[in-house]
Amino acid sequence: MSGPLLDLANLTVRRGQRPVVDDVSLTISPGECVGLIGPNGAGKTTLMRAALGLIAHHGRSNLADMPARTRARAAAWLPQAREIAWGLDVETLVTLGRLPHDSRAGSASARAVSAALSRMGLGNFRQRRATELSGGEQARALIARALAQEAPLLIADEPTAGLDPAAQLSTMQVFEDLAADGHAVLVSLHDLTLAARHCTRLLLLDQGRLVADGLPTEVLCPENLARSFHLKAEILHTPHGPLLHPLGVLP
Amino acid sequence: MRPLPLAAALCALVLALLAASLSLGYAPIPLRALLGAGDPLHVMVMQQIRLPRAALAALVGAALGLSGAAMQGYLRNPLAEPGLIGVSGSAALGAVIALQTGLAAAFSLALPLMALVFAGGAVGLILLLAGPRGGSLTLILAGIAVSALAGALVSLALNLSSNPYATFEIVFWMMGSVADRSLEHLALAAPLIALGAALLLTTGRGLDALTLGEDAAQALGVSLGRLRLTLLLGTAAAVGAATAVAGAVGFVGLVVPHLLRPLCKARPARLLWASGLGGAAMVLAADLAVRLVLPDRDLKLGVVMAILGAPLFLHLIYRTRRGV
Repeated sequence: MSGPLLDLANLTVRRGQRPVVDDVSLTISPGECVGLIGPNGAGKTTLMRAALGLIAHHGRSNLADMPARTRARAAAWLPQAREIAWGLDVETLVTLGRLPHDSRAGSASARAVSAALSRMGLGNFRQRRATELSGGEQARALIARALAQEAPLLIADEPTAGLDPAAQLSTMQVFEDLAADGHAVLVSLHDLTLAARHCTRLLLLDQGRLVADGLPTEVLCPENLARSFHLKAEILHTPHGPLLHPLGVLP
Repeated sequence: MRPLPLAAALCALVLALLAASLSLGYAPIPLRALLGAGDPLHVMVMQQIRLPRAALAALVGAALGLSGAAMQGYLRNPLAEPGLIGVSGSAALGAVIALQTGLAAAFSLALPLMALVFAGGAVGLILLLAGPRGGSLTLILAGIAVSALAGALVSLALNLSSNPYATFEIVFWMMGSVADRSLEHLALAAPLIALGAALLLTTGRGLDALTLGEDAAQALGVSLGRLRLTLLLGTAAAVGAATAVAGAVGFVGLVVPHLLRPLCKARPARLLWASGLGGAAMVLAADLAVRLVLPDRDLKLGVVMAILGAPLFLHLIYRTRRGV
């Protein structure tokens, strides 16, 4: 597998005249766990959906150019809205991730589903009805669904929102492990400490523009935090990694 | 339930009810008359009268059950039913116009053909209103608008009717029935229902994916536009043909998927064929009830379905309220 898994060139999405995503170019290669950060309304979700070709856009995205079925094998998408319409059992729900693959019944499929379930700590939930789980458990089941898709690239929109601290950490650990296995992950996050510790690289989006792209410690500098997040914060470098300590809100 | 035993059980039920439907009548006639053996009069009654009735009951039920399951899966709403997109209402309008103008008396298939034309027109109108890329909400709204228009025009036809006999005919036709249908009706409806069912059965993969929402389904490789078009055309063919030959038979598409969902582990794709078989069984059973309860009063199928269906529907609302 060579070349980037995600390749965006001048990607722009307009809503009316206003650009929601403004001329974004970037690439993501195997082995990277990339955090997408930015204040509310910065265009993080829109960028991800446009990159997947789910909404109309200008510019180029390698994923949007693929036929739908091929794209579904190239990238898994975990939307922020956690929809589970029917009371499927968790195992069946996770098996939906195998839809883009030719056979849902084969042994490769069963292996992928089992691996995804155990990765998300859902081994004992297989037969439980997904609609009867707690919000956090549903979130984990849906992440497992995306993992079962076994696409080289995983794009996840705020997967840690609403999870308890331990589940947040273990989810990010799963993403880190995926990247270490040669996959790539693009994940939008609001918890900047989580982003700093678990991502190999951060993208900072502000009013639709990509304003910073680099190592977490470079991107999370006081100037960027002040300009994009209106946040006065100090970065503490602890032995366990960086820790972002917000001090106040700037005007 | 595992899919194979479930399919076997439903098939057995449908076959048993078919046999019962063919055997029941004024005179006891052995089933072998169906194959042309025995008394020529028996053969005639069996092949020309009982067979169309039993086969149409099964086909109409299958069409309604299958499209109900597809519609619920697409809209991700257990209260959806095939009539939602206005096809059955428009088919009824076509039939009413055929009865009102006397066209129905001119030749025997005028009524179902007129109903089919109107069902097709309704789908065209809905596609036009909802647009090629519209979401499920625009589809529902377009369906409601078309249904309302068709209902209003049916009322208008009744209102302006100067012929009490035609009014009487219309009212009875709208109650829905498979009694006294001919092999011609069967030959008209069967291919269209088969076509509609074939289209609807291809939507299983997309409906499964839609469990996760429209965005996730699209990212799983499902083309929502094509799924919607297949669903609309399939429902129009199946339900349009069913309404054209049997009139308005309600509640089947609503209640059957609801009853079978627990047995299908709530999987939308599995529910499709299960509801097709379940719908066939339910309408066959209702048609038997029609003949057994008041044999000499020409009780209408649609009336019995509504009487059976409404309490089940109330039960569904009650369970939804409790959040089960």
